Amino acid sequence: MAYSEKVIDHYENPRNIGTMDKADPNVGTGVVGAPECGDVMRLQIKVNPETGVIEDAKFKTFGCGSAIASSSLATEWLKGKSLHDADEIKNTDIVQELALPPVKIHCSVLAEDAIKHALEDYLEKHGKTMESLHEHDHEHEDAKA
Amino acid sequence: MSLKLPIYLDHNATTPMDPRVLDAMLPYFTEKFGNSASRNHQYGWDAEEGVDYAREQVGNLIGCTSKEIVWTSGSTESNNLAIKGVADMYGKKGNHIITAVHEHKATLDPVKRLQKQGFDVTWLEPNSDGIITAEAVEGALRDDTILVTIMWANNELGTINEIPEIGKMLKEKHSEKDKPILHTDATQWVGKMPTDVERDGVDLLSASAHKMYGPKGVGFLYVRRRRPRVRLTPIIDGGGHERGMRSGTLNVTGIVGMGKACEIAGQEMDSEQGRLLKMRTRLEEGITSKLEMAVINGHPTKRLPGTTNISFPYVEGESLMMAIKEIAVSSGSACTSASLEPSYVLKALGLGDEIAHSSIRFGMGRFTTDEEIDYTIEKVVKNVQHLLDMSPLWEMVQEGIDLDSIEWGAH
Repeated sequence: MAYSEKVIDHYENPRNIGTMDKADPNVGTGVVGAPECGDVMRLQIKVNPETGVIEDAKFKTFGCGSAIASSSLATEWLKGKSLHDADEIKNTDIVQELALPPVKIHCSVLAEDAIKHALEDYLEKHGKTMESLHEHDHEHEDAKA
Repeated sequence: MSLKLPIYLDHNATTPMDPRVLDAMLPYFTEKFGNSASRNHQYGWDAEEGVDYAREQVGNLIGCTSKEIVWTSGSTESNNLAIKGVADMYGKKGNHIITAVHEHKATLDPVKRLQKQGFDVTWLEPNSDGIITAEAVEGALRDDTILVTIMWANNELGTINEIPEIGKMLKEKHSEKDKPILHTDATQWVGKMPTDVERDGVDLLSASAHKMYGPKGVGFLYVRRRRPRVRLTPIIDGGGHERGMRSGTLNVTGIVGMGKACEIAGQEMDSEQGRLLKMRTRLEEGITSKLEMAVINGHPTKRLPGTTNISFPYVEGESLMMAIKEIAVSSGSACTSASLEPSYVLKALGLGDEIAHSSIRFGMGRFTTDEEIDYTIEKVVKNVQHLLDMSPLWEMVQEGIDLDSIEWGAH
């Protein structure tokens, strides 16, 4: 299997491997996949409650090189983003950045799922829903209309 | 001395040719190029002499006469000839065949074809140690059993089946006339371990040259001539070569190479066995002492000296292969690793799909050095540790979480 240079770089030098305290109210955790499917991804974000900005992100992944690279890249992108902007990260962006071949697209889908689950977990801890992230989107659209 | 990378540890897939074998073959390409079936001139006689000498070299290695060797293109053909040849020749006598689920595809597929044609097949399952015992075969015997086909050593695990015990049991339970024929695919065995078809009660035996430092594309089927005389229906008809059992101009260069390979294997077997066993132990201990989760598959001792199959739970198979890309090894079966199906051999031992995927076969050989083994240990330990550090599953296991208790999401 020929991996792109970026995949190999993330695989050999993964960014932000680690574990955060799941119970911390400022931490959101997303675990997706299953061992028998060959991929399990765990992505965690730490949010500054004052600013709503993701200050830190960590991952651990059981999976192929592309799955490791997809989650490693996701943590890089998450840092410094607002929750709203984090939810805008699309699997297709990951596919493009890492030049993933068609058979590895599911790795990027899994990474997007992991981001969403982490956001959801954080929001739930604060009594909010994913929809709440995009309330203002509609206002903007309404305003434009 | 610097190491040549990648390090070749896939000797169960194929071996490099021994330079001594190449030297023996060379004259038969250019000078003694005759057709061994040409009876009228020196060229033919020279070629025939080379072929006959090779028959003796093989005979010396496995304890048979030179008339009992049928040259083929390799073990796949030998297995096909043995299995289909017996079924066709003895089909009127009986309808039952015994084999095992973790045989090589070159046995499974011919047997499956016979099953489709109406033969009854018992598929023996190994214990978790991977071994087929004489007791298991005995339990499956029927009055209409015509063929027992069990490999001598397994290609993925290196585990050794009880072939001499099976041979003995069959002889004890049957008269010479009624005895089911015992075929063994000895591709991984011959040349590495002492073989005596008389002592071991084997009637048909398959082997390939390229697994024992000979050329690819040549092998043989040993066919017992007496007590009992085994007859086979050929699958290739033509000029009636090889006593009618396998027509076609003989691959003289390949056959000469196989003969030489057998001669060298016989001479060096004792010292090689000891050397490879030491090397295997060094590799296994080097890895398992530093990676506590690593598991050696198959029977702890009843295995070929140079072969080991190790599972690395909690790391994923493809990333594992990436982690040790400087070591040329096989994950799953060499013949099926083009597909992402987990190895059916490891599944037969009761391993789950994900662990089967994370398993590696290390196959050491005649030219493997201790230095290469030490390099392999270092790379495997370092890079598997890197993957473990990244693995959420390993973290959970260390926290004492039972992974089976978790409801994983579907995807």
